Amino acid sequence: MEIQKPGIAGTLESSDVQVSVEPLAHGIELSIESSVMNQYGRQIKATVLKTLERLGVKNGKIVVIDKGALECTLNARVECAVFRSAGASEKNIPWGGIVK
Amino acid sequence: MITRPKPQKNRLRRTMMFMNAQKPGLIKDAYIYGSDSIILDLEDAVAENQKDAARFSLYHTLKTIDYGDTEVIVRINGLDTPHWQEDIRCVVAGGADGIRIAKCESAKDVKTVEEHALAAEREFGVEEGRTLIMAALESPKGIMNAYEIVTASPRMFGCAISGGDFRKSMHVQIVKGGIEMLAARGQMLLAARAAGVQCFDTMYPNIDDMEGFKAEVSQNREMGFDGKSVVNPKQIQFVHETFAPTKKEIAYAEKLIRSFNEQVDAGVGVYTVDGKMVDIPFFEDAKRILALARACGVYDGDL
Amino acid sequence: MINAVGREIPDELLKDGKEVYQGKFYMNGKYVKKDSPRTKRYETPQESKVCKNIREASEKCGAHDGMTFSFHSDFRNGDYVASMVAKVLVEDMGLKDLTIAATSLGSAQDLIADYITKGKIVGIQTSGVRGRIGEVVSAGKLKTPAIIRSHGGRPRAIEAGEVHIDIAFLAASSADCYGNAKGTGGKNNCGSLGFAVPDSHYADHVVVITDTLLDFPSLPATISSIDVDCVCVVNSVGDPAKIASLEARMTDNPRELMMAENVAGIIAATPYFKTGYSFQTGVGGPSLAVTRFLEKHMVEKNITMGFALGGMSSAICKLQDKGLVKQLLDTQDFDKGAIEHLAAHPDHHEICTSQYANPANKGAYVNKLDFVVLAALEIDTHFNVNVITGSDGVLRGAPGGHPDTAAGSKCCIIVTPLVRGRMATVCKDVVTVTTPGDCVDVLVTDYGIAVNPLRSDLMECLDKAGISYVTIESLQEKAYSLVGTPDDLEWEDQVIAIVEARDGTILDVVRRIKPLQLD
Repeated sequence: MEIQKPGIAGTLESSDVQVSVEPLAHGIELSIESSVMNQYGRQIKATVLKTLERLGVKNGKIVVIDKGALECTLNARVECAVFRSAGASEKNIPWGGIVK
Repeated sequence: MITRPKPQKNRLRRTMMFMNAQKPGLIKDAYIYGSDSIILDLEDAVAENQKDAARFSLYHTLKTIDYGDTEVIVRINGLDTPHWQEDIRCVVAGGADGIRIAKCESAKDVKTVEEHALAAEREFGVEEGRTLIMAALESPKGIMNAYEIVTASPRMFGCAISGGDFRKSMHVQIVKGGIEMLAARGQMLLAARAAGVQCFDTMYPNIDDMEGFKAEVSQNREMGFDGKSVVNPKQIQFVHETFAPTKKEIAYAEKLIRSFNEQVDAGVGVYTVDGKMVDIPFFEDAKRILALARACGVYDGDL
Repeated sequence: MINAVGREIPDELLKDGKEVYQGKFYMNGKYVKKDSPRTKRYETPQESKVCKNIREASEKCGAHDGMTFSFHSDFRNGDYVASMVAKVLVEDMGLKDLTIAATSLGSAQDLIADYITKGKIVGIQTSGVRGRIGEVVSAGKLKTPAIIRSHGGRPRAIEAGEVHIDIAFLAASSADCYGNAKGTGGKNNCGSLGFAVPDSHYADHVVVITDTLLDFPSLPATISSIDVDCVCVVNSVGDPAKIASLEARMTDNPRELMMAENVAGIIAATPYFKTGYSFQTGVGGPSLAVTRFLEKHMVEKNITMGFALGGMSSAICKLQDKGLVKQLLDTQDFDKGAIEHLAAHPDHHEICTSQYANPANKGAYVNKLDFVVLAALEIDTHFNVNVITGSDGVLRGAPGGHPDTAAGSKCCIIVTPLVRGRMATVCKDVVTVTTPGDCVDVLVTDYGIAVNPLRSDLMECLDKAGISYVTIESLQEKAYSLVGTPDDLEWEDQVIAIVEARDGTILDVVRRIKPLQLD
């Protein structure tokens, strides 16, 4: 998928994570802020990169502000932000395909 | 990846607890309070512009959280919205046990949902017919059509009245004693029993009024409901206690079954227990009571 | 050297007779020589000890560089006095190399964090380290490691001379011109002044600071004029809204209520639950709600409580008013209901921290305690509890009476949710041990109950009562399955805090955290 316009998903409530994406010409630029950075920073980074790879996102600026979200929430927020940025979040989601 | 066992049409559903599918902190472990079913809500609890996000969240929740024996139902958006079709795809792909149709008014509504559920089951390689359906009746029309609704699909396991919308359309407020919905509750119960499906009462909205809540739950049981929607975990325990058969009921049911077995051996049809005439339907009901008591954890006898 | 809870204690800390933790009651039966203060004689009759300000009082007491000053925390988050005094000492008098020995430090003393950063305050000895002080100490800004002691460990250390207080600045709600002082009778009442008492006996100099001067003699008094050098009158000793709420709020969080109900059920299932039993609980989340569920069991079984211990709230006071509790033994008051109750009820007694929990005296009240219900930041599979560092390694808690009541009581119940956000409360190894696992008996979480294998007697009680429980390992595994296995924290060599066991041995050290930098 391609990040076509700025997209955002999630909230700053406890146990949630806010993910925003915006177009970038070359490569992935990822910044992570987390209330559980010392224990989970590496895992959060790995999850985000894995999800982006699964979605086929090659370029984009990704900002993650994490308030202690579980991995399944992080996945859902990254996917939603990317699908929103591609204007494709409302229907015909490939459940079980690249979204899994 | 969690794969849930095949849903059962007939199971214990004393409490169905509503949870906002968009709130990660709530849905991650909604089962710990012990409600029989939980209803993850994509409808009223989710803002119009967050329906897409809620589906992503719901899908991953269904795939990663182990809800164990707790049944997982999803309330989808109404058939008059642009959301329900994607809701159904998401629910089926995620492997939820069932769909709650909001604002259901006709057999056609049920068949529409059924068609889309089947299509989704085929699309995602889910066993055909796996996804159960229940109908929420929220309008006078829904109540009037209750029987055609609950008989519209083999997936249908039950119906529930939804008090908030229903009372508005009837121009009434919640009243102590329940007179404002008596006819509707009664009609829905008749339809459900006639169709052999379960029947659930609406949630009690004022969570701080435990006295009013308890009165309503007691009335629910006296009327013959199978269970009740709840919106706060603190409501669960009382519903479970109230819907479980009493010690007296269990003792009488045991006595009936034992005596019936004896009478059958002796070739007798109608006879008396404790001075009351009993026959086959009494025996059937006694079996139901013991099964319910066992499921509620208040009976571990050998009958 | 590795101690009895498996923690590596650096050898350089083991000097002047300091030992590592060897297990509970290791010091039992040993003799101690009590320290004595060096006090000034006031033979010439004086009309009044009231000074015109804190500076004059400090100068009269000979305040100079390198001294140790003490404060108490009975005014909790509303305390103005510690910051007020620190400001005079550092900014007006220009003192440096100071050590602060407080019963607790939190956001009310955020100003002190600045003086730590500037190097004016070089030592901290306290039970709690919260707010900005916790952050700057964690960041290694304090010149010497902070020493963390429990409420019982502090008076023990004072009596043993391990901390010698040069001047105690003791906030009081009211006092007379000679220094008879207490936590009631003033504009801003805190109730019990139990935290201040050991300092008034063992400090070389004592300054009472109040906003309400009463006629001499103001009796009965918690702090006696025979121990007081100076009295200062200030506008206000604290912010009443933060000293105590109107009534400590009972939680309506269903998760906390569920846990509280289970705790009460466990208490009622033990043989200690009989008329005359004793009980302590905290005021946060599920802890306070235990009181409510306990009442039900007491009424049902017609059982009354002999005494309740520790911090008091309206909830337990009301239980006494109903005749369900005989005596309240009060170290601090969490709400206004409890503060007023202390003044009004003859069987609601103020006690000091030494009476409460000191392991080196001849019998503190914790040793007669049947049940204590406590919270935790973390608990590990050895039942070791951490209440001082967050799971990110930063100081943000307070042992308070936790280790003392856990060691003294017959049944110590920890109540905590299994996870908080993405933090596993039940974990493989706590970041810091503040209460050793051999003092902890039962863990109640929202996902189930675990009993310390050392307490097979309690397991039998639960079996009989039909209360199911699981192993603590299974709870930890469940927690990790939800949040993922956390990475190990990374530390610098620098020790930023020493956690003393209540008996004075070293239980653990906290090193400076190396924050994770993602590249």
